[in-house]
Amino acid sequence: MSNIHVNTTVNGDEIGFLCDPRETLLDCLRDKLSLTGAKEGCGTGDCGACSVKLSGRLVCSCLVLGAEAEGQEIETIEGMSRDENLHPLQEKFIEYAALQCGICTPGILVATKALLEKNPDPTETEVRYWLAGNLCRCTGYDKIIRAILDTAADMREAS
Amino acid sequence: MALDDQSKPYFKFVGTRPKRPDGIDKVTGRAKFGADSYAAGMLHGAIVRSPHAHARIKSIDTSEAEALKGVKAVVTRADFSKDIKFTSGKDSEHWNVLENVMADEKVLYDGHALAAIAATSALIARDAVKLVKVEYEILSHVTDVDEAMAIGAPVIRKGASDKSVPSGLHENVVSYYESGHGDVETGFTEADLIIEESFKTEATHQGYIEPHACLASLGSDGKGELWCTTQGHFSFQKVCAALLGLETSQLRVTASEIGGGFGGKTTVFIEPVALALSRKTNRPVKIVMSRSEVFRATGPTASTSMDIKIGMKKDGTITAGQGTFRLQGGAFPGAPGGMTAMCAFAPYALKNVHQIGYSVMSNRPKQAAYRAPGSPMAAFAVESVIDALCKKLDLDPIEVRLKNASRKGTKASYGPTFEEIGLVECLETAKSHSHYKAPLKKGQGRGISCGFWFNFGGETAVSLALSEDGTVQISVGTPDIGGSRASIALMAAEELGIPYDHIRCTVADTATLGYNEISHGSRVTYATGLATIKAARDAINKLCKRAAEKWGIPEEAVKWEDGHAVPSGPNAGDFEPLSLKNISEKMGKTGGPIVGHFEANPEGAGVSFATHIVDAEVDPETGKTQILRYTVIQDAGKAIHPSYVEGQFQGGAAQGIGWALNEEYIYGSDGRLQNAGFLDYRIPLASDLPMIDTVIVEVPNPGHPYGVRGVGETSICPPLAAIANAVSQAAGVRLTELPMSPPSILAALKAE
Repeated sequence: MSNIHVNTTVNGDEIGFLCDPRETLLDCLRDKLSLTGAKEGCGTGDCGACSVKLSGRLVCSCLVLGAEAEGQEIETIEGMSRDENLHPLQEKFIEYAALQCGICTPGILVATKALLEKNPDPTETEVRYWLAGNLCRCTGYDKIIRAILDTAADMREAS
Repeated sequence: MALDDQSKPYFKFVGTRPKRPDGIDKVTGRAKFGADSYAAGMLHGAIVRSPHAHARIKSIDTSEAEALKGVKAVVTRADFSKDIKFTSGKDSEHWNVLENVMADEKVLYDGHALAAIAATSALIARDAVKLVKVEYEILSHVTDVDEAMAIGAPVIRKGASDKSVPSGLHENVVSYYESGHGDVETGFTEADLIIEESFKTEATHQGYIEPHACLASLGSDGKGELWCTTQGHFSFQKVCAALLGLETSQLRVTASEIGGGFGGKTTVFIEPVALALSRKTNRPVKIVMSRSEVFRATGPTASTSMDIKIGMKKDGTITAGQGTFRLQGGAFPGAPGGMTAMCAFAPYALKNVHQIGYSVMSNRPKQAAYRAPGSPMAAFAVESVIDALCKKLDLDPIEVRLKNASRKGTKASYGPTFEEIGLVECLETAKSHSHYKAPLKKGQGRGISCGFWFNFGGETAVSLALSEDGTVQISVGTPDIGGSRASIALMAAEELGIPYDHIRCTVADTATLGYNEISHGSRVTYATGLATIKAARDAINKLCKRAAEKWGIPEEAVKWEDGHAVPSGPNAGDFEPLSLKNISEKMGKTGGPIVGHFEANPEGAGVSFATHIVDAEVDPETGKTQILRYTVIQDAGKAIHPSYVEGQFQGGAAQGIGWALNEEYIYGSDGRLQNAGFLDYRIPLASDLPMIDTVIVEVPNPGHPYGVRGVGETSICPPLAAIANAVSQAAGVRLTELPMSPPSILAALKAE
């Protein structure tokens, strides 16, 4: 099967890659572009570890084909802090010990950033349901939810 | 291990909550997990797996697969060591591992590996898997533990039983355990009420989000490199070398960051296969499991069938406890029948107690450790019966547990005598906790349960090297599965008297340190922590020696105080204190590098107990249970980094909630796993859970310099029972089988 040439923008940079028509966006990010921050936990859109933003929409990159990225803008965990300063969510996750093994963390951070852009003042229930597509097996979510609510409060105060 | 100096008056660093050293790597996506490694010229491996629960392999035809463009090699059992032979009983350890890694004459469960392919891309490798033609002779199978023990059940493997098994039992019973003290029959005659009940629990999976993954490189000279996600790279080195017929030291294993393990990454699956494919192709080979492979072929916990009989007096005194525990461990020996039985009554000081454990084989994947293997199931059965006794006798469940609680000096149900333990402190904390006194609404119930785990020490080697700028690098051999690098650095800071930030703790590869036991048994903060403290003290002795030489006084006349060498008293002389940096910056000229070491087996792990309180509400129309409030109270001995201790408490509780309410392996009558994905095997979501409150109890473990007890496993022991007890109160029916899923609760309600 011949490969497809895809032109796309990843974290603000214009990037092209060749992919097999069957390869997912997640495969392409990881194997073609060396962006391994997005993880494959299930490959079926159940765990959210591969969460990225595709032209403004939060998606599981394992459910998008690489070829579908043509002309789109992709945001991954690697683009979350563009300089030496971490995003407030990243800071707070470390401070709150909101990660243990850290495999779900990139997906949860990408998903949460998308939530706060939509809703800067979510309730605990809204955060819990927004993250229902991001599995974490280590933490029981407690410290994750607290870190998010506290970050949201800080960001509201700062804006 | 004698530890004379435990009574440290106060801690400067231990007990604080600094940022973890790998924090930035983990929140930016930079941290490298198992699947995040690539090599030049790398091939991709994929595995051919059995669709049958039990079948004889008549033939494997790989010709079509090999003819596919891009396929570079196929391996089968013939590509592994011929020196590993089946022998009966416990001596077959390596044979059992190899048989699970790659089937020989028979496939023993749905998902059992029987061949593997290396190709230039993962897609080609997966395509080639479909071209492998296997001819099977299908055999009858069994997946249920009671059926596997019954007369006429298909024998999984003749001669697999060890010497502990009494004659007359089915050949699928591979190990037998029995212990106790007193006389339970006399005990039951003293009881005012006896309850006898049977319980079953389904297998659950550890459910780590990171599938197994590795990158292997092995030459025909027997020298190899392996990168993999593992709880114990030294163990992987040893086992992979044996399975491939290599010399252990010629294989260097590096542990990646690990995306969850919970016991499930303590054993090899794909690693020896990637090495075999690499040897055959002379190229690096990467294998990453799919989620369905993880469910079908890696370690779920054992499923169980249990009978419990407990007698109680009207005042709450337990007069006797008896338990029989049958554990189904898949197609290999090793189900924790003995440990389950040992844990069952451990929280209670019983005059008369008797327990039996069976380890049973069936046509399922080999069970693997899952957080306190066996203990959660035992607690589910025993603590449910205690709860039922309390209800019938109208007694407070915490008072009854306090009345019977194990304490220092109690002869444990499994034999030894307890040293300092914190169960009474946990129960007292629960009794006075606001949660226990909060009012409940109609349709809601509150459950409590105790839990117990042994904890473990094991082989440990740590090296602590000083740098000339006064900073310190620690090499440990235990993969960091939940923030342990922070705890290790905190303990080193405490001993050395230098800031936490001046220390870097690294998980070293197998070429760097002596053998380290796997990160399991809640051992890392205990054993690697103890080793780090001892290594720091070794370095301090060397620092003091350098100061003594500089000052021209005897070594004994120098002591270490708050990060400095100082004269031990007025008679030693009057010298300006020398900081760690003062000494290390000159170490090149005063005798060379300064490195502290520890290599030994810490043996004072110290058992731990917990008490959980949970409120649940059951919807009588749907049978769905909602957890409303959850409080974990557990003895940590001494919490080194309290945030990560709380994290272990919360994580164990959450996994227990999943186990109690949703999670189960569902097998069809064809012996195939029907729910090998996260959609159908539903682990708790953020929207399922409330906040999980924690209370850290600290009753110091006499076997650790700072009093540490492991905390990772005990936290999953009480939830199954605590939730069952809450559901029983909320719904008015007692469920004796897990999971308590909506259909099973509805069925129980209808049967009332």
